[in-house]
Amino acid sequence: MSETDELLMAAKNGDRRALSKLLTCLEEGEESPVPAGSGDSIGVTGPPGVGKSTLIGRMVDIWVARGESVAVLAVDPSSPRSGGALLGDRMRMMSADSSDSFFVRSLATRNHPGGLMDCLSPMVDCLAECGWSRILIETVGAGQAEIRVVAFAERILLVDGPDRGDVIQAEKAGIIELADLIAINKSDLPNAARAADSIRSALSVGELERTPEVLLVSAHDGSGIEKLVDAIDAVETTTGRERLRIRERLISAWDSTLLGADSFDEVMAALETGSMTLSEAVESIRKG
Amino acid sequence: MRIVVAKPGLDGHDRGAKVIARALRDGGHEVIYTGLRRTPAEIVRIVMDEDAAAVGLSTLSGAHAILIPRLCGGLREAGMTDVVVFAGGIIPEEDRPALFEEGVRAIFGPGTTTSEILDFLKTLDERAEAGEAIGVGEDPGWHWE
Repeated sequence: MSETDELLMAAKNGDRRALSKLLTCLEEGEESPVPAGSGDSIGVTGPPGVGKSTLIGRMVDIWVARGESVAVLAVDPSSPRSGGALLGDRMRMMSADSSDSFFVRSLATRNHPGGLMDCLSPMVDCLAECGWSRILIETVGAGQAEIRVVAFAERILLVDGPDRGDVIQAEKAGIIELADLIAINKSDLPNAARAADSIRSALSVGELERTPEVLLVSAHDGSGIEKLVDAIDAVETTTGRERLRIRERLISAWDSTLLGADSFDEVMAALETGSMTLSEAVESIRKG
Repeated sequence: MRIVVAKPGLDGHDRGAKVIARALRDGGHEVIYTGLRRTPAEIVRIVMDEDAAAVGLSTLSGAHAILIPRLCGGLREAGMTDVVVFAGGIIPEEDRPALFEEGVRAIFGPGTTTSEILDFLKTLDERAEAGEAIGVGEDPGWHWE
């Protein structure tokens, strides 16, 4: 029996440390002991500072009170300069540190382009296999990760907040049309209702077959969270997104192949000295 | 290295912990910051869930003599004997031998440079490679001077 099989067996029997070690193995690229695609997850995305982590903490408390067990994979960026990372999402989800029904794992992007790593899929599968009834992925909240999350999660919750610029800012990000549900956080602040209205009106002029519900919530005072949790349960997985999901998965896999190429460092050095053009570099990596 | 930076107990000053967290990140480590006022049991849980190799404790309130041994004991009880424990903040000289005896591998006081802490972590790597004790449940004979 392989190390990951043994860890999986222990984790299924409720050994949290084995689960944690299993996730480390997957993060380091080891093969998953669970068939791919068996798990189901909710992606939580949205710009930095809108309160994704705090909101997740609130939602999980409700699910746990209803008898569910919830695991959160919280992704934060690695520093491109040092390769280190400061992972601070879990400090917003403090009940995870004492509840047996709440598991948080902080993950650094380790500079994977797109801000989400391939290991997320097997992690979701393993968590599901170990009996976690609900699995959430929290994105970095910036750049490509906002869209890339569709490659990894079945349902997408977009979190936004008041005073983040006009609706064009929200629209140009592209994520708005992919969300199954939109939560405008910080409803205790002025202008939150206006932000929700402008997103609703933007959605109403589009040609979406099904416009996502826009809900006002406050992770600060707890209002609207129960309703949000119920709305997430009511959302059906959108089949129309399958093509897009496959596309993002392909791009993600391509990125990994590129980064893992034997000649990657060599090509980088050639680019730095100017002895190779970008298109020659791409060609060289493709030929292996 | 994956490192948890924790604030045990009731003291509410985390400027030091944040500076350390930032310095460790800049040194290439993945740092999980716990936020304020965590109990030893909560910190044990965080170290477990995050599969961290080390935990750094920042304490300024004088509760180190109670809280740090509790954390060390909690880690051992949970089977995490290989996890490295180090501490910083205001910990008087006379209190330190007892903490080293508990398996704490380094105590950094005011005036410590961030590069010294990175050197300590490098030494941990070298010791681990040589099969020498660094964990909280291993022979407490060695600590950083």
